Amino acid sequence: MHEMSLAEGIVQLVEDAVRADGCARVRAVWLEIGQLAAVEKESLRFCFDAVTRDTVVEGARLEIIETPGQGWCMKCEGNVAVTALYEACPVCGSYQIQVTGGDAMRVKELEVE
Amino acid sequence: MCTTCGCGSGQTLIGGHQLKPRSKPGVPVQYRAPATKTAHDHIHEAMDFGAGPAGAHAPGLSQARMVRIERDILSKNDAYAGENRSYFIRHGIFALNLVSSPGSGKTTLLVKSINALNGGLPLAVIEGDQQTDNDAARIRATGAPALQINTGKGCHLDAHMVGQAIHQLHLQDDSLLLIENVGNLVCPAGFDLGEAHKVAILSVTEGEDKPLKYPDMFRAADLMLLNKCDLLPYLDFDAALAEENARRVNPQIQIIRISATTGEGMEAWLKWIRGGCRKAIAAKRP
Repeated sequence: MHEMSLAEGIVQLVEDAVRADGCARVRAVWLEIGQLAAVEKESLRFCFDAVTRDTVVEGARLEIIETPGQGWCMKCEGNVAVTALYEACPVCGSYQIQVTGGDAMRVKELEVE
Repeated sequence: MCTTCGCGSGQTLIGGHQLKPRSKPGVPVQYRAPATKTAHDHIHEAMDFGAGPAGAHAPGLSQARMVRIERDILSKNDAYAGENRSYFIRHGIFALNLVSSPGSGKTTLLVKSINALNGGLPLAVIEGDQQTDNDAARIRATGAPALQINTGKGCHLDAHMVGQAIHQLHLQDDSLLLIENVGNLVCPAGFDLGEAHKVAILSVTEGEDKPLKYPDMFRAADLMLLNKCDLLPYLDFDAALAEENARRVNPQIQIIRISATTGEGMEAWLKWIRGGCRKAIAAKRP
């Protein structure tokens, strides 16, 4: 998806938090990115470095926690692990799977000083 | 600028005019980091490990603190989308976000749909393209109001652009709003515009495996229009397989086979639109 817009979104959220907190520097930004979120992590790192230049976030480390994809299989009527949107249920082979988790992209916390 | 998809900010035009800035006017935004290095030509007489913001020290740990944020990266866009959605609900507007790859026949399908509705339904169109207002001009030729958003280097419409566009368009109450997104099966998937539904258009001159190659978009859509079906006899395209692939990534997706050229499936599509409009009017909360 569009990593540049996402990186800009991250910087906006961090700037809001820095203004509210009054801290001097951001040392690290912790993100939670679902395995099924439409984001390419390496591209996001590249864009993050580019858009943080000359902001309070410049030089901050980007830490990404990947959360596993989860789904509800309608045939099995149970929770299953989902590694890609087009994959079959690992238990019964059905494609009737509703994604229930691992598709979010969040700014979790900041390490500041 | 994004080297992956060519996206960047500052080049968006709505109806040929610059997009308004997102920060509140008069509020200066501090972008430059404060200097962290100071001249250090003397020796300290004491070392205070408790002077940092944490006020304490543990071996191996710095004075850094953690600030919890717990906000979605797209929360700014989602807030603008929420404002658009409330506007649509207040005015009984049924808004659709049409997404596809370039060349799937979105604009032709829109022109034919507007002609087939034949003024029976008040409607307006927002056209998204990187450059030119060719598409808006094609829509205006039908008599329907249309506003072109040029995203410049951008690869998708966002809710803030659409929010400004809907206020310029002076939409009628109880009407239909068709938003034709930038031709791109990747980026527009994640950006809510406040629409009731995303409608993905796949044409039979593309591959049956497009829903598998671009699963995020087909998962985000509620309806898929399989377009250019009049060409099926001349192509080695398995329509049933394309539909099966779409259902693999989105078991709930509705599918209509359609041809803007012959009019096949057009009645089912217009019926779906009219049904949505009736629901939007019934749910209106002024």
